[in-house]
Order: sequence, then structure tokens, then C-alpha cells
Amino acid sequence: MLLIDCPYCGERPELEFVYGGQAHIARPAQSAELSAQQWSDYLYRRDNTRGPHAERWRHTHGCGRFFNALRDTTSDHFLATYRLGETPPRAPDESAS
Amino acid sequence: MQPFSGLSLLKRGLTGQRGWTAQWRHPEPKSAYDAIIIGGGGHGLGAAYYLASEHRFGSVAVLEKGWIGGGNTGRNTTIIRSNYLFDESAALYDHAVKLWESLSQTLNYNVMFSQRGVLMLAHSVHDVQVSKRHVHANRAAGVDNEWLTPEEAQAFCPPLNIGDIRYPVLGAALQRRGGTARHDAVAWGYARAADALGVDIIENCAVTGILRNADGSVAGVETTRGPISARRVGVAAAGHSSVVMKMAGVELPLESYPLQALVSEPVKPVFPCVVMSNTIHAYISQSDKGELVIGAGTDAYTSYTQRGGLHISSHALEAVCELFPMFRRLRMLRNWGGIVDVTPDRSPIIAKTPVPGLYVNCGWGTGGFKATPGAAHVFAWTIARDEPHPINAPFTLERFRDGNLIDEAAAAAVAH
Repeated sequence: MLLIDCPYCGERPELEFVYGGQAHIARPAQSAELSAQQWSDYLYRRDNTRGPHAERWRHTHGCGRFFNALRDTTSDHFLATYRLGETPPRAPDESAS
Repeated sequence: MQPFSGLSLLKRGLTGQRGWTAQWRHPEPKSAYDAIIIGGGGHGLGAAYYLASEHRFGSVAVLEKGWIGGGNTGRNTTIIRSNYLFDESAALYDHAVKLWESLSQTLNYNVMFSQRGVLMLAHSVHDVQVSKRHVHANRAAGVDNEWLTPEEAQAFCPPLNIGDIRYPVLGAALQRRGGTARHDAVAWGYARAADALGVDIIENCAVTGILRNADGSVAGVETTRGPISARRVGVAAAGHSSVVMKMAGVELPLESYPLQALVSEPVKPVFPCVVMSNTIHAYISQSDKGELVIGAGTDAYTSYTQRGGLHISSHALEAVCELFPMFRRLRMLRNWGGIVDVTPDRSPIIAKTPVPGLYVNCGWGTGGFKATPGAAHVFAWTIARDEPHPINAPFTLERFRDGNLIDEAAAAAVAH
């Protein structure tokens, strides 16, 4: 089980959280003007990154708030967690981590 | 190829099992092939076999970054069934079941396909309604599936506890043609048969890039063992499909999750069939070695780690112990994870891609093993003829753009 550092509550077990998928996907403002391909990309296409992955979590059984995390999907190691609206921290160099 | 027969087994058995030869070659990669398959699991090896046997498609190579069958082919819980809801899926998976039925003879290799029946339990009114809908849809599509009362389910699987549990068994759907097969033998059987037809199986050869011609079409692949040119490339890389396809600039609607399984210590034959429970989430069968083979769920988050959280497998074991109290004192021997690539509609993609000469077979999520021969067969057709077989024609990449989803969210039998 992962230990996740909620930016509001601190470190808590994974069971308190719900995963929210890839982060920083903005809903297009003018969705009616999108082509079918653009709409499909928004709905379905995901980076599925192998390596540092920016993703959403919600501390459902805690403060209830959404936040973002940078996690290495090759090790499940959390590189950082940060609040909504903040820019994602740069992934540290693989050799340094 | 050294053919297997009762006589050859007897002869070798009487002479100390000496004289068996390697079942496939370990060739050095050539500089060029007519077709390259990326991924040496059952789907990739099978596609190479059908390219060579049915389509006589010139020279074919399978590139595997590790060892063959070491990915999801060797990590699944070996369940085979075809009782999917939609006509398109039922046709695809039943195509596979029909090929499973003669696969040992086709390959001259015993894949130990055992049609012992797959029992899918219902624990709530909603489960009962959904299961019955599946049964009716399957029967209309010509796929066997039948509804059992709790007592009939217990008669079919005597260890099953139907009453004294938190979520009592309210009935079950039974597909008698479903069952299990030995997953390693599927990879080895296809490898041996493909090798005998001249397919080069190249292990420890990871693809690092996809080479393109000036017109955008596929020119070959870059690998850890040097560049190899090919006019057609088929990708059957399971959980790493996104990674491989990005090398060609093709973005896929996939997310990769760890899926866990575990086996118990071996015991005498005690379990007659396959039992699956979507609601309390466990599936279980007994291998011919005697181990109970138990499937757990996927982790909540995407990952490439080939392991998962212990609480996920604990949850499956709690469900198993509740359904089958006689297993409560059994010890677990091993657990592991595989990386499964999940599509938004939980149906696979077996299709041409925007890159001419590049084909993909991916998105099988938690249920790719059962489809191995069928998927390999239609994938080989798609590569050889540059057009889909009628069975995989609906399973395109474009269906996500055009809205023609094949929404089998319930079909994977995993609470997503």
C-alpha cells in the first residue's frame, strides 16, 4: 500500500484516497467547436506515461480535497504532491532520485 | 521440428528422457524481414504462426524484450470464456474458444485446454438482472451460457458456500464450454510451431524506435540489437503498447494498470470448475499441478511496476475464504502482478493505425489470455491483407472518435 502525502493533511495510507487519473487535462472551453477527433482526444487519449506522471488524487476519507501528485510509474515512488492550481514541479533527474 | 506423439513420449520415457532437442531456434536477427511482430507473448507468437501457416507471408520475426511468455501470457489466471454481452465481442471471443478446442492438435503441443465450465456468481438483484441479460444475449448470439439457481450452482461446484455469507449467492451464469488452459504451453506451442515454419523468435531484443520511410510508412524497427527493416510491423506489446506506439507518434486511448494474481500451495483435486465473482471480486480455479489459482483486482492507479498493493490481493483472498470456507487454512505460495492496458470501453483494439504498415493488437485489459488464438488469428489476417478480418473490423482505433464503442465495462469481470 502506498503512503501518500496529502498537501493538506500529511502522510496517510492509500486506502484514504481515490485516484483521479492524469492531471492537467483542461476541458475545452468551446467544446461545440471541436472536431470529433479533438473531442475524442479530450475524452479518451491519455499519456499513459512510463516514468514521472502528473496525476490527480482525492483525499476522500480525509479532508475530501483534490490535489495533484507526481509519481514515477516505474517504481510507484511519489516525487511530489502539490495543490490544485500550482504548476507541477519538475521531475528530478532519474539518476539523482 | 521434433513431432510429439504417444510413441515418442514412450520411447524417450524408457530411455531416461534423453535425446530431446530444443523446441525452437535462437537465431541472430537478420537485417530485414517481411513482417515483424513486437511482443513475444501468446498474441504475438500466435500472430507470427498464423502469418506463416495461413498467409505464407514470407519472412517473419517476433521480437521480445525479455523471454517469450514472460509477460502477461505467463501472469494471467488462465481463464477462457466467451460469454460477453455484445455481438461483436461474443463473435471475437467465441472465435477464440473454437480455436482453443483444436489448438493442441493444430500445434501438436498439449496446451491442456480443459472445458471444465466457468461459473459467474450473482450476489445482488442487479447482478441477477445483468447476468440473465448476458445469458439471453449469448444464447441469441449462439454462445452457450445458462442460468443456475443457487442450489444448482452449488451442485455444480460443491465447495461453494451459497447462504451463510455477507453477500449470499443468488444464482450464477454457467458457460460449460469455458475453462482453463496452461498458459506457458500456449506460448511454447505457438513458438515451436512458428519456428518450424521459419519464423525467427528473437528474445532479449527490445524495440527502441520505429523507423519510417519518407512517405510516413513503416520502414522497420530500431532495437537493442541493431536496426531491422520490415515493410509491416505488428505491435502486440500488452501493457507497454502505449510506450511502443508513441515511438511511431501514435497516441492510444489506453491506461496501464497492475493486475495481481496468486497461487496457493498445491493440494489434491478439490475444485471442479472456474468460479468468478464480479461483485465481491475474486476468481479461482485449480491448476493441474494442484495449486489454487486466484485472480485479484487491478490497483487504482496506473503503473508499470508488475506488482501491486497487498491490500488488493488480501481483498480477493477474503472473498475466496468467504465463498469457500474450506480454503481458510490454505497457505499462499506466490503472488505477482502484470501490466494490463485498459481501453475506455474495456474492449480491445485490433486494427490498422494511421501509420501505413503499422498494426496494433492492444487494449485487452484484464482479459486477453482467453482471446489468444482468436486475436492472433485475426491480427495475422489484418497484417497480411492490410485490412481487418470481419470479426475484428469493429475493434478499430477510430471507434473512440466515431462513437462506435463496444462497451463491455462489465465484461472483464473486474470492478473497475
